[in-house]
Amino acid sequence: MAEKLNSKIPEGPLSEKWTRRKSEIHLVSPNNKRKLDIIVVGTGLGGASAAAALGELGYNVKIFCISDSPRRAHSIAAQGGINAAKNYQNDNDSVYRLFYDTIKGGDYRSREANVYRLAEVSAAIIDQCVAQGIPFAREYGGYLANRSFGGVQVSRTFYARGQTGQQLLLGAYASLNKEIAAGTVKSYPRHEMLDLVLVNGQAKGIITRNLVTGEIERFGAHAVIIATGGYGNTYFLSTNAMNSNGSAALQCYKKGAFFANPCFAQIHPTCIPVHGDQQCKLTLMSESLRNDGRIWVPKKKEDVEKLRRHEIKPSQIPEEDRDYYLERRYPAFGNLVPRDVASRAAKERCDAGFGVNETGKAVFLDFADAIKRLGKQRVAERYGNLFEMYEKITASSPWEEPMMIYPAIHYTMGGIWVDYDLQTTVPGLFAIGEANFSDHGGNRLGASALMQGLADGYFIVPVTIGDYLSKKFAEPKTDTDSPEFIEAERAVQARIDRLFSIGGTETVDSIHKQLGHIMWEYVGMARNEEGLKKAIQEIRELKEKFYTSVKVPGSQYEFNQELEKALRLEDFFEIGELMARDALNREESCGGHFRVESQTEEGEAKRDDANFMYVAAWEYKGEGKEPELHKEPLKYEFIEVKTRNYKE
Amino acid sequence: MEFNVKVWRQKNAKTKGHFETYHIAGIEEDASFLEMLDILNEQLIREGKDPISFDHDCREGICGACSLYIDGRAHGPDDHVTTCQLFMRHFKDGATITVEPWRSAAFPVIKDLVVERRAFDKILQAGGFISVRTGSAQDANNILISHDKAEESMDAAACVGCGACVATCKNGSAMLFVAARVSSLALLPQGRPEAARRAKAMVAKMDELGFGNCTNTRACELECPKGITVAHIARLNREFLKAKFSD
Ligand SMILES: Cc1cc2nc3c(=O)[nH]c(=O)nc-3n(C[C@H](O)[C@H](O)[C@H](O)COP(=O)(O)OP(=O)(O)OC[C@H]3O[C@@H](n4cnc5c(N)ncnc54)[C@H](O)[C@@H]3O)c2cc1C
Ligand code: SF4
Ligand code: FES
Repeated sequence: MAEKLNSKIPEGPLSEKWTRRKSEIHLVSPNNKRKLDIIVVGTGLGGASAAAALGELGYNVKIFCISDSPRRAHSIAAQGGINAAKNYQNDNDSVYRLFYDTIKGGDYRSREANVYRLAEVSAAIIDQCVAQGIPFAREYGGYLANRSFGGVQVSRTFYARGQTGQQLLLGAYASLNKEIAAGTVKSYPRHEMLDLVLVNGQAKGIITRNLVTGEIERFGAHAVIIATGGYGNTYFLSTNAMNSNGSAALQCYKKGAFFANPCFAQIHPTCIPVHGDQQCKLTLMSESLRNDGRIWVPKKKEDVEKLRRHEIKPSQIPEEDRDYYLERRYPAFGNLVPRDVASRAAKERCDAGFGVNETGKAVFLDFADAIKRLGKQRVAERYGNLFEMYEKITASSPWEEPMMIYPAIHYTMGGIWVDYDLQTTVPGLFAIGEANFSDHGGNRLGASALMQGLADGYFIVPVTIGDYLSKKFAEPKTDTDSPEFIEAERAVQARIDRLFSIGGTETVDSIHKQLGHIMWEYVGMARNEEGLKKAIQEIRELKEKFYTSVKVPGSQYEFNQELEKALRLEDFFEIGELMARDALNREESCGGHFRVESQTEEGEAKRDDANFMYVAAWEYKGEGKEPELHKEPLKYEFIEVKTRNYKE
Repeated sequence: MEFNVKVWRQKNAKTKGHFETYHIAGIEEDASFLEMLDILNEQLIREGKDPISFDHDCREGICGACSLYIDGRAHGPDDHVTTCQLFMRHFKDGATITVEPWRSAAFPVIKDLVVERRAFDKILQAGGFISVRTGSAQDANNILISHDKAEESMDAAACVGCGACVATCKNGSAMLFVAARVSSLALLPQGRPEAARRAKAMVAKMDELGFGNCTNTRACELECPKGITVAHIARLNREFLKAKFSD
């Protein structure tokens, strides 16, 4: 089925591919742009930047989000920073090096051409953001400051305190507001997409639910862009915002868009440990903390016991009795190894019985040395708000005692399959930001999601979508009274009616929690064949239980958060199963995907390039049927594929 | 811990609301206020009652969605936090806690504790941006900004758009919110060309949307979860006057 997966990578040397593609792309004249309607779903960095840039070009854009304002998209919560190959530090950074680090960090499971382009446009993102008035951190001379992130040896991360995502999103949102004021973009907050509509096999619109009135509405366009973020909340507990979900991506999958590498989920090493079973959300402590924080557990079990009984404080454990296990195992990168490596190392120590809190699931992140070396003020400037946040949540001060951290689900590298133009297997349907699978392979490096979202939105999709739309401007406006729209609306209505008719006693969250347990246990940090099969089985059973025992209170025609959650949970079941299925298929350890069967003697992940150097793209085959696997082989023409080594 | 939670219930914008009191027990000290409401909602659903609607998303104090008026204070009794960062250890065991939505003419209630804050978007659409087209920017390091100016701008840019300032102000003024945006951009060279025009347009929009006047009570500053100070209102006023004089 080779032609089904045409990645459309331009010919020629790596550094010329994007230039070449841009020169081939057909243009749409300004007066024709005005006739073309584009729907953007999602107002995170991807969606907001795309809608703003498309509005500036003169297209008619409609943008949708769940929250009451576009500014509240999940991107707002990103803390640490955004990468760009500016080489402002003169530390020999370059487009090539950013490209190389991203491919290597992704454990050789992403496309060379896409990643190179990402690195190529990264510098322009920073220029754009500064022009928008984003107050990035500055040196005393007035120049932009940088910090380092995991998996790299240069300093290329730009940041605005611990609120980089907020500032970047407010920049994109400001540009969006500028276009809303200009009349090119119309905003539909509190509107949730519930289905994609195809006409003649092409994406022509969406069905939404107005979250205030409950009405089901139809919107037509010439093209649809999905920017709805990742599906990390399949696990119930994650660092994602409460309303983050995978539903739009799943709806696209069911309408023919292939879903790529669903099993690649990122587990972030530095999150605040779970405190009890009343919790519904985990809090990330930014990776930037690993610049200056040192991770350790005690060497002696007695010390661990005493810590758990609160008989000693961590600061009382002498230097020689501490195991800085990342520095020990990975001397070259130390505390700045990539996330997947750091997470597994923490799990290894905790499984060996060295976890430092009552649950045995926590390690220390210590700033004592940094405070000594840099002084309190410098440390406060860098991490002050993170320290404050930690103290608010845990009632313990990182100024006095080390933080406690543990890995948690954070990001999903997998997503809707897209070609080089960011178009899915459905013509006219594009996917950007975390919702697509394109750039991060098996593991995403820190500060690269923000870069990718803005690259896709400001600089890539506004160009590539033109090629598709250049053939569409003669087509009339999409008729939302066509049979396809009526049928899609009917199906959505039936779904909602079914949920209300169940009338059980279990709450949506209590069932979602159970799904989360299955996912974390069997499709979490260490996966094996038996567990994955079990996961598929248990997810199916849980789904059945959901359809007989869930209670969705209230009615459709009102503000109804339980209904919203129930609809999303229906989709999480399917995503969870797809993740397990993909993980079962991928009999290798790679990036965030660790198959217990595939490891070296030292317990490091073992890739299998001979058999698995491909993108796994799944095609939906209908309710209750097994999806079909398509393989997009990954070719590395420009870099040598190596075993990731962060030791030397 | 256990509590009596006295909550504002209102079916929709058209109906009148009223308080209802619910008892809840078994809450951990380390639970957040919103986790407590989650647990209460689970209980209500199991009892066949309608759960309480409230806005929330990030639960990290950054998205600005959460917006509860707790025991007479916007975002509750702890200082400089959003509702989602409020923890139950700040309450006395057995206490009765009163929870209301933001109350302001410009923020109509949608349901229970959820209000409509679209007016904030509209104010920003009136001018809360720098008019730069994608792709036309110069190299980022060509614009030098002193460390302190960047930090000061960042202080103002930290506003999460929650609306606590409006809910707290006896006049229902959005001055602190508007000032935060105007000031953050006016402090940077990129924001200067439009500074006066921006201030004028945003203030005009604020007035048009039914927000009240600022009478310098400074109540907003005390309740702002992000520590935005009224010094920014002074800067807004300066920009506003400049715009007036150049008219
Ligand atoms: C705590 C945290 C910290 C992070 N820190 C960093 C960092 O420092 N650097 C970095 O590079 N990355 C970071 N990331 C990752 C990064 O923030 C995200 O990957 C990125 O912001 C995703 O952006 P997005 O535009 O793709 O989607 P999102 O920001 O998730 O936006 C999704 C949008 O889609 C809307 N939506 C979803 N479903 C629907 C639907 N059905 N109908 C209508 N609208 C819908 C939502 O309302 C929202 O507007 C962090 C992530 C987390 C969780
Ligand atoms: S100024 Fe403060 S209180 Fe007002 S909206 Fe911004 S963050 Fe909220
Ligand atoms: S839920 Fe985001 S600020 Fe409170």
